[in-house]
Amino acid sequence: MADYTIDETVDITDVVCPVTFVKAKVALEELEDGQVLSIRLNDGEPVQNVPRSIKEEGHQILKLIDNGDGTYNLVVKRITLEDQT
Amino acid sequence: MGTDYKALKNGGFMRQTQKNNFSLRLKVVGGNLTAEQLVAIAEISKKYGDGYVHLTSRQGVEIPFIKLADVEAVKTELEAGGVNTGVCGPRVRTVTACQGSAICPSGCIDTYPLAVEISNRYFGQELPHKFKFGITGCMNNCLKAEENDLGIKGGYSVELVKENCTLCGVCVKACREGAITKTSEGLEIDKSKCNYCGRCAKSCPFNAWKGESGYLISFGGTFGNLIAKGEQFLPIIRNKEILFKVTDAALNFFAKYAKPSERFRVCIDRAGWDNFKKEMEDICNG
Ligand code: SF4
Ligand code: SF4
Ligand code: SF4
Repeated sequence: MADYTIDETVDITDVVCPVTFVKAKVALEELEDGQVLSIRLNDGEPVQNVPRSIKEEGHQILKLIDNGDGTYNLVVKRITLEDQT
Repeated sequence: MGTDYKALKNGGFMRQTQKNNFSLRLKVVGGNLTAEQLVAIAEISKKYGDGYVHLTSRQGVEIPFIKLADVEAVKTELEAGGVNTGVCGPRVRTVTACQGSAICPSGCIDTYPLAVEISNRYFGQELPHKFKFGITGCMNNCLKAEENDLGIKGGYSVELVKENCTLCGVCVKACREGAITKTSEGLEIDKSKCNYCGRCAKSCPFNAWKGESGYLISFGGTFGNLIAKGEQFLPIIRNKEILFKVTDAALNFFAKYAKPSERFRVCIDRAGWDNFKKEMEDICNG
């Protein structure tokens, strides 16, 4: 898989479900198409559910990185709706 | 000549505390009613009832305060409005369902058409006691399948498509059963831990899982005087033909072995779970 460069980061470890997804979604919407966002999220519900919600929104998830401290970084490429087939 | 309360009850007219008043049970399948049906129900409740309806715990609708003298008129008007009356007594009751995959992103099966099929096949069929079907679209179990005499739950049997997997790690966390682990060689899947929830396939960003819809059946649930959770012992069933063979066989077992007025659960307990399981397993194995 091609490498990526992270354009923006957002930390959603300070909010709880369902605001986790909302915060991530808002951050993604502020990006340009094709830009990459790294989302820091907690173990448990957020890491179990947020990736799937982001996939269902149509964005491309690239990687989930275990930070080893009970948090993860989810790397997502923004895809605009028009580009989805 | 006295009023035949039993016939009225069988036809959905439930006797109320108030003499000569009936709470009329309507037929609802899979929890859906059309706007036209709702209008007809609203009008009848205003004209013949007390201007309100009661929603039952199993997605049913009842119109209370129907007068004995109006029973026939109400039946005719309901029919004209595309609404049927429900049933009571020892027979197959309302088939309940959650919205399933047609509406809900978590759904693994299309619940409503299945509820209609089951209702068309069994609704009102006489049995030794009441019999409830409930259909839930996935492991989240919003419809509480195991409360029913026969519960159907949607699931996915999943297969990894190795060449698509980028080892991104998403599914490892999405799986709540701990069935997936990431090793240096790739993903390792412990099938014995898998409960067919389909969360791996639904969350994978690279389509690296092939998920096939299927049915998980639970038998003998009851949540009234006796409280018992339905038992799931068959492997996931992948086609509807086998599903119906199993439901046919379960109802036949009940009709054959139950004493009058005995619930399915009590019947299986008495006839023996081993016998019951064997009959169901034989059907699944063809
Ligand atoms: S049981 Fe599953 S498919 Fe049905 S409503 Fe709940 S989450 Fe959706
Ligand atoms: S179907 Fe559910 S339990 Fe089975 S491996 Fe996938 S996520 Fe885990
Ligand atoms: S989510 Fe998909 S791509 Fe990522 S590790 Fe699991 S199977 Fe592989």
